[in-house]
Amino acid sequence: MNKIISLVACCVLSAAILSSCQQDKKLPFYGERHAETVKDADGTEKVDTVYQTIPNWSFLNQDSVVTTNKITDGKIYVADFFFTSCTTICPTMHRNLMTIYKEFKNNPDVMFISHTIDFKYDKPSALKKYAQKLGVDGPKWQFLYGSKDSVYTLAEKSYLVAVGEDSTAKDGYIHQGYLVLVDKDRRIRGAYDGTKEDQVEQLKKDIPVLLAEYKK
Amino acid sequence: MRKYIISCVFLLSVISIIVSCQNQETIDLQNYMSNGKDIYKAKCQNCHGQNGEGLGQLAPPLTDSVFLKTNKNRLACIIKNGANETLVIHGKTYKEKMPAFPELADIDVAQVMVFITNSFGNKQGFVLYTKVASQLQNCK
Repeated sequence: MNKIISLVACCVLSAAILSSCQQDKKLPFYGERHAETVKDADGTEKVDTVYQTIPNWSFLNQDSVVTTNKITDGKIYVADFFFTSCTTICPTMHRNLMTIYKEFKNNPDVMFISHTIDFKYDKPSALKKYAQKLGVDGPKWQFLYGSKDSVYTLAEKSYLVAVGEDSTAKDGYIHQGYLVLVDKDRRIRGAYDGTKEDQVEQLKKDIPVLLAEYKK
Repeated sequence: MRKYIISCVFLLSVISIIVSCQNQETIDLQNYMSNGKDIYKAKCQNCHGQNGEGLGQLAPPLTDSVFLKTNKNRLACIIKNGANETLVIHGKTYKEKMPAFPELADIDVAQVMVFITNSFGNKQGFVLYTKVASQLQNCK
């Protein structure tokens, strides 16, 4: 009899732990953080943690239209760095990202942003051709072109993705294949290796988790 | 009795030699297929996909067995030197450049070619690397 009771207790306890875990699931915050004293709506001061955010940016998209960070307002998005003539990791990255794009195609709260690091060749027309050939049509997935300085600084300082020119590399550039998940408040909430299927699967699972944070 | 055993053993070894001879090509094919698959994963899969499905209109699929058959003698050259021409595959045009893979030795080209032409719905059979080597000598 005692055995049965303890068994049942065990089951209930583990079920409770498991379900509480699921409720509490929240994605981590990446990058630098610092404490700041902020004032509440009613004027009381308190200390809050301020996380690293993506700064304002302005680039040309695949339609040669000036596009700024405003386009991501109220959306979570996945950002990555690539170039159209890349034959190494980019095809795999975008093949994998394509599956996520298709999954969230009809969700207006999710966006995709790909920055080219080939400032010499990847003008908007080249990006447009690439997007069409990849099978992307429409504004949900933006392909952005900008000066070397602006894109490289954004990549390394803000998105924490290493990029660079390298004449010894096969295609002339080197970069990491991270898919960076950014929340509606422009904070980095995840980085997934776009060349690894299991990590891309994780991203697919994490997007709804992040969206759920805003549904409260 | 002794004679009988000896002749039996002799006969058996002759038979086994014949059998293994017949199977040498099958063994080679298996060998090429498994090495070719590794090379495919390392060099080709990122664009052409795990199942040879290609990538949008950026990289053509490798499932067009008619194309692969009619271009049989050019495949080795394409694998090693890349392609910079419009290709029509499954009725669709592909204009993107395929990069060269100068680091592949003749045997690597042969193995990956045999793998591709016997996967993804293709069944061209075995090609010995010496033949591939001579094809590579005569690339345009």
